[in-house]
Amino acid sequence: MSVLHIADVTKTFSGGTNAVDSFSLDVADGELVCLLGPSGSGKSTLLRMVGGFEQPNSGRITIDGEEVTHLPPERRPTGMVFQSHALWTHMNVFKNLAFGLKLRRMPAAQIREKVEAVLELVGLAGYGDRMTTQLSGGQQQRVALARSLVLEPKILLLDEPFASLDQHLRERLREEVRDIQQRLKITTLFVTHGQDEALSMADRIVVMANGKTEQIDRPDVVYRDPKTPFVAGFIGTMNLIEGEVSNGIFVRSALTVPLPIADGPATLAIRPEALDLSASDIPKASVHRVTDYGSHGLVDLDLADGTRVKSMVAHPDMLRAGQGVDLLPRAFAAYRNNQQIYRS
Amino acid sequence: MTTLVPVRSRIDWLGIVFAALLSLAIVGPLVVVGTWAFTEVWRYPNIIPQQFGFRFWGQTLGRADVWNALVLSLQLSTVVTLLSAVICLPAAYAFARMSFPGRNILFFSFLAGHAFPKFGLLVAIAAIFLQLNLIGTFWGVVLIQLVGTLMFMIWIPVAAFQAVDRRMEEAARDVGASPFRVFWSITLPQAGPTIAAAVLLSFVGTFYETEGAWLIGAPGIRTMPVLMISYINNQMVIQYGAVLSVLLWVPSFIALMFARRVIGGGAFARGFGG
Ligand SMILES: Nc1ncnc2c1ncn2[C@@H]1O[C@H](COP(=O)(O)OP(=O)(O)OP(=O)(O)O)[C@@H](O)[C@H]1O
Ligand SMILES: [Mg+2]
Repeated sequence: MSVLHIADVTKTFSGGTNAVDSFSLDVADGELVCLLGPSGSGKSTLLRMVGGFEQPNSGRITIDGEEVTHLPPERRPTGMVFQSHALWTHMNVFKNLAFGLKLRRMPAAQIREKVEAVLELVGLAGYGDRMTTQLSGGQQQRVALARSLVLEPKILLLDEPFASLDQHLRERLREEVRDIQQRLKITTLFVTHGQDEALSMADRIVVMANGKTEQIDRPDVVYRDPKTPFVAGFIGTMNLIEGEVSNGIFVRSALTVPLPIADGPATLAIRPEALDLSASDIPKASVHRVTDYGSHGLVDLDLADGTRVKSMVAHPDMLRAGQGVDLLPRAFAAYRNNQQIYRS
Repeated sequence: MTTLVPVRSRIDWLGIVFAALLSLAIVGPLVVVGTWAFTEVWRYPNIIPQQFGFRFWGQTLGRADVWNALVLSLQLSTVVTLLSAVICLPAAYAFARMSFPGRNILFFSFLAGHAFPKFGLLVAIAAIFLQLNLIGTFWGVVLIQLVGTLMFMIWIPVAAFQAVDRRMEEAARDVGASPFRVFWSITLPQAGPTIAAAVLLSFVGTFYETEGAWLIGAPGIRTMPVLMISYINNQMVIQYGAVLSVLLWVPSFIALMFARRVIGGGAFARGFGG
């Protein structure tokens, strides 16, 4: 059953362009959906419309079948975690967590019980008396999460909650949040522009660009089968090669790949790990640089016209710069007019 | 907020000299006046008084007009400060958070009112008050002093409100607080120390204000500072004025103690956009 239903929502700021443009999405009960996209693609704006902090110009948002499109934040069953944590610095941790419960006129004893339970949940048992300024960045973000969780929202909204933390902490918190989310089975919208964050956490990923949906799919599908060249280039490393198809053959410089589609321009997409190299008398590319990562190697290659492509190889020590090689794509896809038209 | 600790390897002599001169200029007159207040006999060539004592304290404090003036001054300052807070704080919030036509001009006018010589403005207002029968009345003085507090009570709180993190307010809405509750529980406490500074400044400023109080209040309303001036002008005995001025330090000290308690370090600087 879909808990959150976003239908054809558009948001235009006074500037003119659509920050969010005819966006639709259904989120199922207990699902974690990541909004992924480059800076300015409208992720935060969309999240803020679900939270009630921005009003859409058109479209509808319903939560559990109830229309909330124009309700203020305090009347929505959503809980938001901000990037800057936005904890109230004049209150200690306990009061930060208790504030929302007090507004709901819960008895003091029950408030204490709930706050302690949620502090335990985020691994901060016994921190109630601390001032929020006396916490580390990761602890502050945990308190911010707890502040939302303690109210048991129907939908949890997170806007790049870990962006200001270092890599190590980010990875740990990411796992913790995912664990908590799965334990509580809480429906979650998570904004990020880190693709590894999206790939590792999400049940489904929404890839956004210019306020529009590019693709909505499971992480592995988004990675393996990107539906648009934008997604292909945005998720993971991808060789995107512009060329011409004629008589079922894709041609770019010396590179030729059989491609059974109608004649015309096309973009060929090949993952580095799906592009094999072999020694050849008539080379199609020359090795520019070899980087040995120990477990594997990454090879930068130049086609005759200077187009750069990348290949991932198991034995980089066999190759050296300047060497000519043949290119053997194992799996690839082709795009025309921003649509995928072929996949091997 | 970060605190910058300047790294100084050399002693800042210029700074020390400057500070010393400044304290001399402030403390010097205070010491002289303070000494006079406890002096019974002090004739010309001597550097220190011949005879100390509390005689003039008894005489000054025995006067009914002194007590009336003190009570009146406290009443005036309290009423003016409260009224000013009730009027100015919501206005400051509106200036800080909302945009409406004429916002900038209106905002600037509060400053402009203080950019011109005040006495001329006061005389013009006095003429109007005369027609309204407000001259020599308590509320007439309240009105004129209220005008004097507007700048402090608008400009400083506007800066304080603008410094409050919008996300904090949004987070409060998110957990279920109404806009008014957000203002009361989040915005006001966040801006609190700086606003307390503004309230304090306007209280003390009102207490010591003389021009408006004299022009509008005379002859019926005599505040402490007005009374002190009339003593100094009309009486040959220096001590009356000295005792009164020492008495007038009391609110300053109370205000300073209060300020130290309420306002944490750095809040004043924050209030002035630091
Ligand atoms: N309050 C606003 N007023 C005017 N324009 C805005 C406002 N908020 C966002 N925008 C514009 O809307 C577009 C989308 O912004 P948004 O913050 O949603 O992007 P984002 O995907 O969250 O980016 P980032 O990854 O950098 O956070 C941007 O072009 C931005 O400039
Ligand atoms: Mg954003």
